[in-house]
Amino acid sequence: MQQKDVLPMKSEDSDKRTAAAPEIITGAEAVIRSLIAEDVDTIFGYPGGAIMPIYDALYDFQDKVHHILVRHEQGATHAAQGYTRAGGKTGVVFATSGPGATNLVTGLADAYMDSTPMVCITGQVAAVLLGTDAFQETDVIGITTPITKWNIQVTRPEDIPGAIAKAFYVAKSGRPGPVLVDITKNAQVGKLDFQYKACDYIRSYKPVPVLDIEQVKKAAEVINSAKKPYILAGHGILISGAEKELVALSEKAQIPVASTLLGLSAMSTSHANYVGMLGMHGNYGPNINTLEADVIIAIGMRFDDRVTGEVASYARQAKIIHFEIDKAEINKIINADVAVHADAKEALTALLPLINKADHAEWLETFRAADRKEEEMVTKKELYPTEGQLKMAEVVRLISEQTDGRAILVTDVGQHQMIASRYYRFKDPNTNITSGGMGTMGFSLPAAMGAKVGAPDKTVVAVIGDGCFQMTLQELGTIYQTQIGVKIVILNNNFLGMVRQWQQLFFDKRYSSTEMINPDFVQIAKGFYVPGRKVTERSEIAAAVKEMLDTPGAYLLEVVVEQEDNVFPMVPAGAPLSAIRLA
Amino acid sequence: MQKEYTVTVYTEDRIGITNRITVIFTRRGINITSLTTAETEVPGVYKFVITVLSTRDLLEKVVGQIERLIEIHRAFVHEEDEVVYQELALYKISTKALHQGDIEKIIRDNNARILTITPDYFVLEKTGHQQELIGMLQKLEPYGLIEYTKSGRVAIVKWSRRFHEHLKDLSLQEADNLKD
Ligand SMILES: Cc1ncc(C[n+]2csc(CCOP(=O)(O)OP(=O)(O)O)c2C)c(N)n1
Ligand SMILES: [Mg+2]
Repeated sequence: MQQKDVLPMKSEDSDKRTAAAPEIITGAEAVIRSLIAEDVDTIFGYPGGAIMPIYDALYDFQDKVHHILVRHEQGATHAAQGYTRAGGKTGVVFATSGPGATNLVTGLADAYMDSTPMVCITGQVAAVLLGTDAFQETDVIGITTPITKWNIQVTRPEDIPGAIAKAFYVAKSGRPGPVLVDITKNAQVGKLDFQYKACDYIRSYKPVPVLDIEQVKKAAEVINSAKKPYILAGHGILISGAEKELVALSEKAQIPVASTLLGLSAMSTSHANYVGMLGMHGNYGPNINTLEADVIIAIGMRFDDRVTGEVASYARQAKIIHFEIDKAEINKIINADVAVHADAKEALTALLPLINKADHAEWLETFRAADRKEEEMVTKKELYPTEGQLKMAEVVRLISEQTDGRAILVTDVGQHQMIASRYYRFKDPNTNITSGGMGTMGFSLPAAMGAKVGAPDKTVVAVIGDGCFQMTLQELGTIYQTQIGVKIVILNNNFLGMVRQWQQLFFDKRYSSTEMINPDFVQIAKGFYVPGRKVTERSEIAAAVKEMLDTPGAYLLEVVVEQEDNVFPMVPAGAPLSAIRLA
Repeated sequence: MQKEYTVTVYTEDRIGITNRITVIFTRRGINITSLTTAETEVPGVYKFVITVLSTRDLLEKVVGQIERLIEIHRAFVHEEDEVVYQELALYKISTKALHQGDIEKIIRDNNARILTITPDYFVLEKTGHQQELIGMLQKLEPYGLIEYTKSGRVAIVKWSRRFHEHLKDLSLQEADNLKD
């Protein structure tokens, strides 16, 4: 048997977060002081009976910790996700027991799928009442076990600092993910001798594998002998901070780079070697050339079925090199010829000097030829239509142009998401925030809110469908109360468009429950004191986008777009990539 | 091809750990046929021995997902010939059967032990592999068997030395002392 790699080193950083002399305080105060010790200054949350002692303690620390009162606990989770992905700091969520805790489930599942660190703290009934069906008792540990990286119930005040320390360490390290700490009321009101010690070691947990340099050498050998090497860049690049190494690798051996949905913004879309997005509604070249490459270099991605299409026919001609920090992802869907189980940045740094300079001009040219075909058949009329109703893509193009590709783009789920992801021209890392693995409708408004709080100097634009907006629109209340300057663009096709598209293509146009009779969105925004405007004409849209961006603070722009538009290209679900349709 | 595998999992001593492990089997639709757990020679480290009918390929993935859990040290899949294992069965039989023909021979042939005798019934114990335990069960059935019960598997892996040395080293590192 192999040892599970070497023990991690203690970091100096953790000593800084270790408080001085012990003091007797309540568990509730210990929660807040522990968070402050973890450098937390923002919490998204919603109070209730079982977490009241913690909210009471928070009252004394308002100068250090800003609590943002959301309108629904799901909103708190997505806000925390946006906050983390835009600003880099772990998002923190407070919720009460029972319904407060169950409202966290969707956000936890979303963050778990998309490897987003988050620390949720829930109140719980007193320990003596556990298991008795007490008022607002729910088995939140049982419910959240499959959708958290780790969770724990704390029933003694003295365990609070240790549990919170462990929570932050687990959430951030290795492949990040959400954690939940459930604290019974008696633990909140009880006393402890407070001393905070940050966690940087758990004996059963090895978050960062030891890089096996032999595997890196093997990978280099395969890459150096490749004729048609091809990089698939995933979210792991951004999480690891390996954007520069990715570009260096691509430039040194002239390797084309395609991105997964969550990998978007890891490489500037205007880089000469960047060839586009993978997946069901990705670009044509990146998809078909998956079936042409002789070596696929997958970095920090997990071969989601939206990327692979039919697995049996996926890239059978190619040798697969898989750089991945999570061992469970290696060989899970696609077997790797060379697996490098490591942090992306560390592995790429070791790989770079072993890579020979190369030139794959002919191979790169095949992507450009595919691009021209896509442009002819799809892109041109999407981006620059001259007649008919407004198109989602032209609105996204205008936003992209007017923000110079430098805004943080937060998208919801559906046609507008795919269109925005396809056509926004990302320049800087970590500017794409979307719900990838879960596809959670309602994600973007709260996530955009969190993103703006996490990166206040950035322009944050949420692109939302008319359906998605109505899942979490109550967060306009938070946006108003907290004065969060997010730009909200509703691409209104009066349909659950993505589902309608499937109904049109695969269910004989039987539009079962996908038509939306919508309210007046601008009027709704007005009700929340958020200014807005509705646009239906092509002649007005550029000025309207400008007005939105120029107006200080939050703004809602509703754009009425073509109702029965489809997103192409499209690889039908479960079909081989070769079945990609351009119309 | 589906066959019986032994999965071993080494864990911290933590409430809910069984649930964390079993949901991973559940998600993949794998039925657990037996599960045994107890503390190992290293205080605070528990070992689960789980038997399942499945394929090696699928179980490798399951084990990877189990290992990803924070409080799991390691998890392994073993073929039949990689483990030395034992199961234990108890048989409760009507005491009247003692007066019938072959019961002594059954006890002898099976290396079974009598644990207790009352005027109503007696209890036999046998250890072995499942087939052997069932073999004796079938032999006893004609004698008025009242109840049969069998444990899960305990298993020792033939090549476990390095890993157990590693576990002992680990035990020098403090586990967190959060209460369960
Ligand atoms: C919570 C949730 N419910 C249902 C779905 C299924 N679904 C995916 S896209 C979509 C339609 C979204 O409609 P809209 O927000 O109007 O976006 P459009 O596709 O029209 O751009 C639906 C219902 C989902 N992804 N999430
Ligand atoms: Mg719609």
